[in-house]
Amino acid sequence: MELSREQLLEAYRRMRRIRVFEEKLAELVAAGKLAGFLHLYAGEEAVAVAVAAHLSTRDTLASTHRGHGHCLAKGVEAKAMMAELFGRATGICKGKGGSMHIADLDRGMLGANGIVGAGIPLATGAALTAKLKHTGGVAVAFFGDGASNQGQFHEALNLAAVWKLPALFVAENNGYGEATPHEFACSVRDIAQRAASYGMPGVIADGMDFLDVYAKAGGAIARARAGEGPTLLECKTYRYFGHYVGDNLQYRSKEEAESWRQGRDPLERFERTTVGEGLVESDALRTIDAEIAEEIEDAVSFAEASPWPSPEDVSSDVYVSY
Amino acid sequence: MARELLFVQAINEALHLAMQSDPDVILMGEDVAGGGGRQDQGIEEAWGGIMGASKGLYKAFGPMRVLDTPISEMGFLGAAVGAALTGLRPVVELMFMDFLGVALDPLLNQAAKLRYMFGGKARVPLTVRTLVGAGVRAAAQHSQTLYGLTTAIPGLKTVCPSTPADAKGLLLAAIRDDDPIVFCEPKALFFSKGAVPEGDYEVPIGRAAIVREGSDLTLVGVGRSVQIALDAAAALAAEGSSAEVVDLRSLSPLDEEAILASLAKTGRLLVIDEAPPRCGIASDVASLCVDRGFDLLNAPVKKVTAPHAPVPFSPVLEDAYLPKVEDVLAAVREMG
Repeated sequence: MELSREQLLEAYRRMRRIRVFEEKLAELVAAGKLAGFLHLYAGEEAVAVAVAAHLSTRDTLASTHRGHGHCLAKGVEAKAMMAELFGRATGICKGKGGSMHIADLDRGMLGANGIVGAGIPLATGAALTAKLKHTGGVAVAFFGDGASNQGQFHEALNLAAVWKLPALFVAENNGYGEATPHEFACSVRDIAQRAASYGMPGVIADGMDFLDVYAKAGGAIARARAGEGPTLLECKTYRYFGHYVGDNLQYRSKEEAESWRQGRDPLERFERTTVGEGLVESDALRTIDAEIAEEIEDAVSFAEASPWPSPEDVSSDVYVSY
Repeated sequence: MARELLFVQAINEALHLAMQSDPDVILMGEDVAGGGGRQDQGIEEAWGGIMGASKGLYKAFGPMRVLDTPISEMGFLGAAVGAALTGLRPVVELMFMDFLGVALDPLLNQAAKLRYMFGGKARVPLTVRTLVGAGVRAAAQHSQTLYGLTTAIPGLKTVCPSTPADAKGLLLAAIRDDDPIVFCEPKALFFSKGAVPEGDYEVPIGRAAIVREGSDLTLVGVGRSVQIALDAAAALAAEGSSAEVVDLRSLSPLDEEAILASLAKTGRLLVIDEAPPRCGIASDVASLCVDRGFDLLNAPVKKVTAPHAPVPFSPVLEDAYLPKVEDVLAAVREMG
């Protein structure tokens, strides 16, 4: 699973896009320009991008309330996402979904999800479709440490295991379910241990390290494609922002947050390794930085200039026919 | 003489036809086959569903399309939503509607809302078959009539047939519909008999049926209460009063025009429901008459429902719980 220079640059581009997108949202909220509940993914970029690097449009992905990163990693356009967050008619869901419901079915993105744990059975069902229709596809569910305490997690993993589905369950353990520390809420230290209950492999990856997640996700996805069943992959990671934009963060120390950033930041670490090994040049990365900065500014301008939905559309799109 | 089938056989026939005509239709649920994984012992289909509704399907369509599930309603209902979202057309058997208690999120927050939240891009062609209603001494957790709950959720459709013929045609229509549908099967009617047309046909969703014509009074029923309405209408006829009977068949969408047309004819309306009285289909029909049919009314709208209580076990109590013909006749007399 050697990565070419182009693949590495694309991975960096996607991680950078997520980082800048999320930091921009925090700014827009502070400036009073965005409404609604926003859960930012900054800090966890390596997880989504490294997993999605193994996926194509035939593969599906179910996400969480912290879903912007998964969407961008799966190739959803930043512009259409930004317009959605601004509630505009040009948004990817015509302004009807908002941050927690961004979906792009043509790209296999089955939606962010406002219900903790609810994406896990959806991905399980998508894996059933892949198996029965012989698409060769794999379905991935991303979910947080909090979701691993939900009943949907248990029921879906058991089902996926007994049906031997081509699925990958990615637990993004960022240490907190809202304001409650993982170790307080979870009966085991590693979520990956829970895989034993379902007779599936449980693998732990360093979620701050793109290459580690890439290697381990690759193994699990290859296994799923070969018809050998699902894997539970736990990625240890950290969210730089709070649970939501506006979180007072009184449940964790500044030192702890700093310790995750210093030397471990997924983008810096990616650069250190790849440039250090001569796989990419830092100039190329700086060019990407500049392009992404412009892309996100353009996305905001596009969103702000876009029309609002028409109030008559409040009752459209409920049914295919009624 | 038309061919007669049991309600359960009509359901079974519809499932066969739906699966024959579309390879994307799959069936999943607890013991829809039964005895899973024991083919090597010669066990292929131990049950065919708790009430036998899916008998023969496993043999006809095999283990890839007839899927026995663990007892994990939330898990398999959620998986069915994911499968529907990605190109399959699942029919899920939720054994008793009371079990929605452990499985509501996939219906409430996923199936019902995905299309809307995604700006109209998603389709969730899911059918949930589920047993409703009292009358078989199954007590409170296996007897509730909960179609009012799903009717209240935008994004879902809810239907409830009262005859074997409608059961077959409505189920075929439901499975082929591109929206998520809750298909309620009154368990007390499961072994009732009726004429059922041969072959493949659909009963349109959202259309009520006038099952008895009359001119003095409209009796509205759904599922099991349709028979109560018909029996009451027969009793009223003996007294010289002509009652029209409307079988709603579909709760969401509700055939408002059919109800109002009948009311326009009779000027008096009584609705019978075996669900409790609050926030239910009986209240919906009554409010429709007041909202849109006030000028047509020559008497107050009356409701005959179950009490605001869980379903009891004791035969004496369960019989007291259910609406009866005498209750309807007493209510008609109150209408003046």
